[in-house]
Amino acid sequence: MAQNVVDPIKKTKILQALEDQHTSVNFTDPLENDLVLNMGPQHPATHGVLRLLLRLDGERVIGCVPEVGYLHRGYEKLAENCTYHEFIPHTDRLDYLSPLSNNTAYVLAVEKLLGIEAPPRAQYIRLIISELARISSHLMFWGSLGMDVGALTVWMWTFREREKMYDIFENLVGHRFTTSYTRIGGLAHDMTPAVETMIRDFLKPLPRLLDDCERLLNKNRIFVDRCDGVGKLGREEAIDLGVTGPVLRACGVDHDLRKANPYLVYDQLEFETAVYEGGDVLTRYYVRVKEIKESIKLVIQALDRLPKGDIHAAKPKNVLPRKERVYTKMEELIHDFMVVNFGGDPPVGEIYSAVEAPKGELGFYIYSNGEGHPWRLKIRSPSFVNISSLPAMVIGGMVSDVVAIIGGLDPVMGEADK
Amino acid sequence: MNARVRSLLETSFPGVPFEFSEFRGELTVVVPKEKIVEVCSFLKTHGETRFDLLADLCGIDMFTPLKRFGIVYNLYSLQRRHRIRLKSFVEEDEPRIASVTGVWKTANWHERETYDMMGIIFEGHPDLRRIYMPDEFEHHPLRKDFPLMGIPGSLDLPKK
Repeated sequence: MAQNVVDPIKKTKILQALEDQHTSVNFTDPLENDLVLNMGPQHPATHGVLRLLLRLDGERVIGCVPEVGYLHRGYEKLAENCTYHEFIPHTDRLDYLSPLSNNTAYVLAVEKLLGIEAPPRAQYIRLIISELARISSHLMFWGSLGMDVGALTVWMWTFREREKMYDIFENLVGHRFTTSYTRIGGLAHDMTPAVETMIRDFLKPLPRLLDDCERLLNKNRIFVDRCDGVGKLGREEAIDLGVTGPVLRACGVDHDLRKANPYLVYDQLEFETAVYEGGDVLTRYYVRVKEIKESIKLVIQALDRLPKGDIHAAKPKNVLPRKERVYTKMEELIHDFMVVNFGGDPPVGEIYSAVEAPKGELGFYIYSNGEGHPWRLKIRSPSFVNISSLPAMVIGGMVSDVVAIIGGLDPVMGEADK
Repeated sequence: MNARVRSLLETSFPGVPFEFSEFRGELTVVVPKEKIVEVCSFLKTHGETRFDLLADLCGIDMFTPLKRFGIVYNLYSLQRRHRIRLKSFVEEDEPRIASVTGVWKTANWHERETYDMMGIIFEGHPDLRRIYMPDEFEHHPLRKDFPLMGIPGSLDLPKK
């Protein structure tokens, strides 16, 4: 038999990044080699098209390179060719588990650039929908983390609640998933009393149902063992890695943009930030559970105080006029034509505006040169930054922990890949 | 706070031509590219500013003959709860700037993204690879001279 000829292994750049310079591949004794495991991009536990290259010594992870970009659609390039209004539907597709939150974040950024402010009623409704989006997103996290570590029942229970929320969104917006509800200077349409009643009816029994879900997991031996002490991240390291949102608050850092730099009407309502020490997957779970409860409080307070009045700012050069007035009034027809075709009248300048989205700090950096479409729009997505911190969490753990850690991070690839 | 940052920078870096501007209450400081790492680590460590979170880093193509590319750093101070923005410009024929991964680890992926989208090379970056586009892609899609519809044939379909 001929000599054991080995084909030259085609090493991609990704693989090269995984192997450090001290690694050599031993072809005579395969057992001497480390195993390179490709996880994703179509692995059910990666929550979308996240790909991880893991380097394993037995079952222990000694190297990890996350690869993103499988869902890259070039929204920042598209934004440069859209008017400010035209980009609103694209924001639904960023974090598709909380589209209402993205809509709000984007219009707040544009309003900051334009220097306009929506009327109080619109602000309250935006707060309500942001918090409902947070509840919906965290319920999704709750179910999927449970499923990642083997608890299937809680998935069914949280999804049953999420389904009711989507019914509310359908009645409020007209769509279940891709909402595009906000407009620059206001909202697409007003919230009806029927929807208000629906939200109250949904929120009333929710705390009890959440308690049921908690009873399934909090003292579940398997769940706690799989999550406790897994994916540890220190306080300083977390700040250095730039993670935000529940992941950062689980490291004991009291940073919530709703409290730190209040936007909308968060400074008029009472709520607590969920901050826990620990920095592991279990702590991230506790943080999110508490956030759901605080969000329920916030929505009820906002509904109680919901003011009456207009939902559109009176800035005709930038805000779309009402349809019935476009059809009957000359002025509105002209403004509608100008805003739709040439995209408003922004000043020259640059702003960065961030909100506390369910996954973390969702920021928009807009550079305007005075035209109707942004010269540059950068989306600072929390999932992108959170995923970049994965190697720091998984190295040293087991392969099965990787699944729990991704579940605890709760990334959404639509947002990470833009 | 903005005024304080301004006076701190002016006194600590005498002779450096900073440009300050303010819009909607946000301070933008244009920093010469040679000084960017120094200024960043100063702002991160100084007891009065403590800009310990690099919220965002991105590139911007101004499409001008001089100072074509800008690199924008959005900083946040967890202690002061304040934001400022740093900006540096590089030329089209030499789009190189020092990496700030030594100051904030989070800059790693942001700089990779900026390299991928704008073609700006960050010197001293530990692992400067493309992040969204395939490795063999030759263009930088967020440059203004890259067409919106893409360049036909620039992305190969998978071969059977």
